Amino acid sequence: MGVSARFMEVCGTHTVSIARSGLKKLLPDSVKLISGPGCPVCVTSQEDIDYAVALARQPGVIVATFGDMVRVPGTETSLLEARASGGRVEVLYSPMDSLSLARENPKEEVVFLAVGFETTAPLIARTVQIVRAEGIPNLSFLVLHKLIPPAMRALLTRKEVQLDGFILPGHVCAVLGSRPFLFLKEEFHLPGVITGFEPEDVLLALFMLLKQKKEDRAEIEIQYRRAVKPEGNIQALKTMEEVFEPQEANWRGLGVIPDSGLGLREPYSGFDARRRFPLNITGSREYPECRCGEVLRGVISPRECPLFGKACTPDSPVGPCMVSSEGSCAASYHYEERP
Amino acid sequence: MCLGIPAKVVEIKEQEALVEVAGLKQKIRLDFVPEVKVGDYVIVHAGFGISILEESEAQETLKLLKEADVIP
Repeated sequence: MGVSARFMEVCGTHTVSIARSGLKKLLPDSVKLISGPGCPVCVTSQEDIDYAVALARQPGVIVATFGDMVRVPGTETSLLEARASGGRVEVLYSPMDSLSLARENPKEEVVFLAVGFETTAPLIARTVQIVRAEGIPNLSFLVLHKLIPPAMRALLTRKEVQLDGFILPGHVCAVLGSRPFLFLKEEFHLPGVITGFEPEDVLLALFMLLKQKKEDRAEIEIQYRRAVKPEGNIQALKTMEEVFEPQEANWRGLGVIPDSGLGLREPYSGFDARRRFPLNITGSREYPECRCGEVLRGVISPRECPLFGKACTPDSPVGPCMVSSEGSCAASYHYEERP
Repeated sequence: MCLGIPAKVVEIKEQEALVEVAGLKQKIRLDFVPEVKVGDYVIVHAGFGISILEESEAQETLKLLKEADVIP
């Protein structure tokens, strides 16, 4: 096509799908794919990880979580290690499974770690509504949900990485639709293509992005039309709006971004785990040589981190990017060859 | 985590459906896909349907892929 370009994806599932398919090897050198802050576990701050671990160590508390969070190393230890030392940590497939867990353990307090972007937040919102309606007394939520568009804006504002457009997350957009991404075209004159997860989807999206670049257009297009409508999922959006409100959030790699996270609004704030367990977490810090932050911002690729494959491997991870199933470093380690 | 799997709806009972993926059956919630019908394919995420797959759009994508020589 004769166009050179750098595109970023902001979805861990895209990171893995692209790495697993070996797509990058098929692309000409002039087209570069960069991973951004698309892994919700990876962008969880060290302090939030430490808080979750502290909860797991509390007697009478069961921490319920998606599997991905379990091996992330906090300042001192991980949830998995807390479990090995006697803490209760349960891996759940669905947030709705936390209801039966709470009912089966009436003398314990169950805390569900609500991690995920806009694909997952509606599910937790619906779960909270049901928990309240059913009057379950021993279940609360540590809300760590984050929102993709504000993080993209924060990243672009930093001007660290030169980009020509975005591969937009297919399932986040199944919920949000395309409107929340119009700022890319309006404020930054950058195109975005909402993309599915098969290798063919990504190739088609790249074709669409390169075509836009060649024609000097900046539109938000939908490649993943079989699953994404421009207006998104109205019911999911309504449920999110009823239960959550935007609040600032602390992103690993990006710092505190206003209105980039979610918090429980009334009448649901009683289900906030931080209210039920006001633990004081001090001394949180990332491993000094860990460069997850720069990987998450697309400033360096995983293999440019000096710890990659040496001090930091999936079996002994230093940071979340190497241990999360959607982390850039894990994807590169498992699926890409040493250049 | 965004790994939404397309699953075929085989049975609907109020707010829940039984879906099938690769021979395995799973129960999902229909809160976000209330208009789903038996025989539809839905994207499933953490026990909830989040989107109904539009067959006509799927066919359109396949057509584009064939034209771009991405698939035979």
